[in-house]
Amino acid sequence: MAELRDMSFAHRAFVTAYRFRRLDPVPLAGLTKPVEDCRVALVSSAGLVVPGDTPFDETVKGGDYSFRSIPQNADVSALEEHHRSDAFDHAGIEADRNIALPLDRLKELAESGKIGEVAPRHISLMGSVTAPGRLIRYTLPEVVDVLRSDEVDVALLVPV
Amino acid sequence: MTASVTLLASITQKIRPPRALAVPWALGFPLGEPHNATLQRQVLEQLLALLEDDDVPVLQTMA
Repeated sequence: MAELRDMSFAHRAFVTAYRFRRLDPVPLAGLTKPVEDCRVALVSSAGLVVPGDTPFDETVKGGDYSFRSIPQNADVSALEEHHRSDAFDHAGIEADRNIALPLDRLKELAESGKIGEVAPRHISLMGSVTAPGRLIRYTLPEVVDVLRSDEVDVALLVPV
Repeated sequence: MTASVTLLASITQKIRPPRALAVPWALGFPLGEPHNATLQRQVLEQLLALLEDDDVPVLQTMA
């Protein structure tokens, strides 16, 4: 498992001092059907975009709080990574995008009956949003609208 | 409903998302190894198993 001590001094100092938002109370949404019947979406913070889509903007102060949708039929290997952070090793994502957006694996789980079906759209964000107010106020309600309109039962979150 | 991978359990303990699976890999490798489909599916299956747990928050270490 990764540890804070694995980070550079600068990143470790930032993360140690950062005032993370604490969920209290912890929201609880119970399953209304078996997982085998659920429609599942992925939410990744790896900054992946479909070729031709607008890249994430590394220059936005406080972090690019926008999102992109990744269609179910996207070629995962062709997705472009636009994550700005040097806090992690990008080699894994460069070698295999499924490391951060395991869409091919999700399709295999659907084919084997472990989940009901793969959602038509998946969500891509770019992490390192150090000022998350706009992300929370503007972006996440839009993300929820996308997932609700697609009648998604389960979202699996994959931060990098 | 949601379940999340986490690479930094110490941070996840502060935030308290409903369901999180702590995986034993470095930052940048939330699903483990590139091109290891079996391992990647195991991560997703363990995430999905967390959905059955209503005693939240739950932070489980990957088996």
